[in-house]
Amino acid sequence: MVHNAYLLIDFGSTYTKLTLVDIENEEIVATSKAITTVESNIMIGFEESFAMLNYDKSKYQIIKKLACSSAAGGLKMVTIGLVPELTAEAAKRAALGAGARVLKTYSYEISSAEVQEINNMSVDILLLSGGTNGGNKKTIIANAEIIAKNFKNIPIIVAGNKCANDQIKVIFDKAKLNYIMTENVMPTLNEINVIPVREKIREVFMQNIIKSKGMDVAENFIDDILMPTPAAVLKASEVLSRGTDKVDGIGDIIVVDIGGATTDVHSIAEGNPTKPGINLKGLQEPIAKRTVEGDLGMRYSALALLEASGEKLISTYYPYEEIVEACKYRHDFINFVPETNNDIAIDEVLAKICTKLAMNRHVGYVEIAYTPIGDVYNQYGKDLLEVKYLIGTGGVIIHSDNPKDILLEGKFSSQEPTLLKPKIPHICVDKYYILSAMGLLAYDLPDKAFRIMKKYIIDKLED
Amino acid sequence: MNSKTIVIGVIGADVHAVGNKIIDYALTQAGFKVVNIGVLSTQEDFINAAIETNADAIFVSSLYGHGELDCQGLREKCDEAGLENIILYVGGNIVVGKQDFKEVEERFKKLGFNRAYAPGVKIETGIEDIKLDLNIDK
Repeated sequence: MVHNAYLLIDFGSTYTKLTLVDIENEEIVATSKAITTVESNIMIGFEESFAMLNYDKSKYQIIKKLACSSAAGGLKMVTIGLVPELTAEAAKRAALGAGARVLKTYSYEISSAEVQEINNMSVDILLLSGGTNGGNKKTIIANAEIIAKNFKNIPIIVAGNKCANDQIKVIFDKAKLNYIMTENVMPTLNEINVIPVREKIREVFMQNIIKSKGMDVAENFIDDILMPTPAAVLKASEVLSRGTDKVDGIGDIIVVDIGGATTDVHSIAEGNPTKPGINLKGLQEPIAKRTVEGDLGMRYSALALLEASGEKLISTYYPYEEIVEACKYRHDFINFVPETNNDIAIDEVLAKICTKLAMNRHVGYVEIAYTPIGDVYNQYGKDLLEVKYLIGTGGVIIHSDNPKDILLEGKFSSQEPTLLKPKIPHICVDKYYILSAMGLLAYDLPDKAFRIMKKYIIDKLED
Repeated sequence: MNSKTIVIGVIGADVHAVGNKIIDYALTQAGFKVVNIGVLSTQEDFINAAIETNADAIFVSSLYGHGELDCQGLREKCDEAGLENIILYVGGNIVVGKQDFKEVEERFKKLGFNRAYAPGVKIETGIEDIKLDLNIDK
């Protein structure tokens, strides 16, 4: 009997990874990877990877091929807002949630020096926001004028004060810009609205970016390149956590993804205070939140990691001098694969530091204010103390013999009681490296994607 | 609705939430667009909210006696942030003890507030004043 199967493709920055899924039995049939070849022709790497995909061709019929991509530098975005802590931050969070690499965030009116800077960055999409609905429109309109004058070839998404949209439309139409408008990313003060922007970013990615990155050759063979890879991981996390129309999710989760250049953390949780009497302060957080740490990575960012962590922290894990040497080496040879016990141990230490610092920056914190009526607690960001699952993915975790030790660094610590990290999470590992593939599958068949993730990631708990 | 926006909140380490809710209700009823940043608000919170919402006025509440310390420098920061002509009111128990309110009012005007209110003044008075200051017809 022939089974229907989906071929899910991740054109990663280093590897083109394939996952073949039997959608009738809800099983992973085979996976493979080969070096991504975006400079010459992206299909060469794909063909090579496909040739290595070890499965019985008489048993499976591929009925659909879906892809995500972070090749050619990923989806590079610049975001513009008004106040740094408000619309500028909201726009940045929306772009991160769409799987973008946010190169820089600007606030207030952009200066000519900043225009120059943006021109030098090769930006894929520019996100323009500013003002609550009915609020400030002077700045967003001024920025629209500057954009119309200077960035004629960058696709633009407008997600600001709705009262400014008509005027912006006139400016952009006159300059013949490629733009779309969507709902305000911060419609009222401190209330965030990221989902419409996320969806528009994905649309622009599909329409414009794939072509400009030389990936349109793949489109003859593949049904759709749906989204940037990090967006696929976030989508998978959302489906696993929140479930679908038909099945219940597993509840709040955190996914830590350690790569060569960055460490991504995704949390799916409301993050409201778990203790009484705490005031929530600052900009609201999206339920599906992604943060990216550009200075925490195993290879390309190894030197930045050294700087971010410092001697005191590193020395608690390993002799400092050895780590310094190891980081220099890893930074210079980004394709290095550890073989000796020493090198494996050092990679584990680096992964622990990535997990610890990335989690510290992702989660919310509590601050004590001393007032005449006693201590008062303010919470900024998400309270993730009660999150049930902490899931690890990325090469170093998947190939490690002690993934649990690495991930436990992301746990709550009584030494830093104000950081709201999960207290007693179940530790899970994405051992088959399927999260991004499941994000793609979830677009078509969410119920199946949910059950496969549950089977391959959650039900294989090590403890 | 008169389409004027007012940012309200309780400044400093002050957690008195009841008056804040009453002011929110009363201003909304009077037709204003109210942006309430709540208790424990810093000067920066007031300013950022006023910029994004293009507010016409900021009403600062303080009930715990440290109002004068908390309010110092707010006008200067507003000027710096481009809110040069924004109207600033302050009210509550803005100083400690029984001081002559004439002097207190003088001090707050020196700090750059357009109006300062003594303890016990009703919000209706503030509403009448703001309508006057913003040229809103009855």
